[in-house]
Amino acid sequence: MISTLIQLMMTFGLLSLLAVGGGTAVLPEMQIILNQQFQIDHMKFVEVYSIGQLAPGPNMMMVIVFGFQLAGLAGALTVLLSFFLPSSILCLTVGRIWVRIGESPWRRAVQNALEPISIGLMCSGVYAVAKAAINGPVSIGLALAVLATLLFSQANPVYLILASGLIGASLMYFTSFT
Amino acid sequence: MADLVQGAQEHRAPADLPRPSLFELFWQFMIIGAVSFGGGIIAYEQILLVEKKKWLDLDDFMATLAISQTMPGLNSVNMAVLTGDRLCGVPGALAAGIGLILPGAAFVLIVGIAYLAKPDHPIADLLLAGIAAGATGLLAAITYKIGQTHLQHVISCIIIITTFVLMSIFKLPLIMVLLIMAPIALFIYRPK
Repeated sequence: MISTLIQLMMTFGLLSLLAVGGGTAVLPEMQIILNQQFQIDHMKFVEVYSIGQLAPGPNMMMVIVFGFQLAGLAGALTVLLSFFLPSSILCLTVGRIWVRIGESPWRRAVQNALEPISIGLMCSGVYAVAKAAINGPVSIGLALAVLATLLFSQANPVYLILASGLIGASLMYFTSFT
Repeated sequence: MADLVQGAQEHRAPADLPRPSLFELFWQFMIIGAVSFGGGIIAYEQILLVEKKKWLDLDDFMATLAISQTMPGLNSVNMAVLTGDRLCGVPGALAAGIGLILPGAAFVLIVGIAYLAKPDHPIADLLLAGIAAGATGLLAAITYKIGQTHLQHVISCIIIITTFVLMSIFKLPLIMVLLIMAPIALFIYRPK
């Protein structure tokens, strides 16, 4: 139990510091580590991630579900602290220094450099999630429909994901009879 | 040097900056954490900080946002931590950060426990399959929206594709990908 908590702390603490450009950048790495070290299969990872997208607030809150599954409430709390504290402490420290030295051309350079890397990692995230979630014509159609709706309208993603669940379930339910 | 330190303190807590109480900070960020279904938290934070409470002016907000985006971690959480610190020091950072993540954490925990406890019902599995497909579309849309401005830049595209290949095709650990790509990208985008 204690060793699981320490392992969770190390894993999510490191992911916290590697999350350049936001939490989505560490999705593929998180999926691999949770699978190799904690035996959480890819489909389960993607399901928890997807449910997490229905929640309000910052978009990576679902990490605590893995902590809960592996070590109960203590696990959830450990993951919550390990995933949010290290990056927050780093940001606060660097933020104070930045205020002191003022805007430097290097801050812009770091942001410009990290942006495309973070987008590349997000592409890996899409690829990793799609590999588990896309398994037939219904899921392809639903994913593309949600993508197109979001690109061409201001629809709230929560409603789209819920609709996708309902439509997907009814389509797959009724086609399973034929 | 003394001037610099003096300047920093003045910059961090100017006399005319309204100083909220810790509870006020916690409460306002918790409201954002509770109502921001479907994302867009940075926009909620801008409305709160710049328009509603006037705790920051727009320049301050944009500067803080730039630091939030540069540093690792979730941008919205970094933003809450930095503004909390700016207004009330470390306790303020804690109050704002905890307020922002508390509602989502509670939501995810309750729904997550229900998910883990679910009896293996075929309908639940079908529903989850549809939700996962929808979330894939959402992630693709977010990635496209964030990445689209880079598509005109050849160098950006090369960095994006190389990062993707190292991560997803060569399956290198994330830390290796960053150790390879960050110095190269920093060299390319170094201040001239």
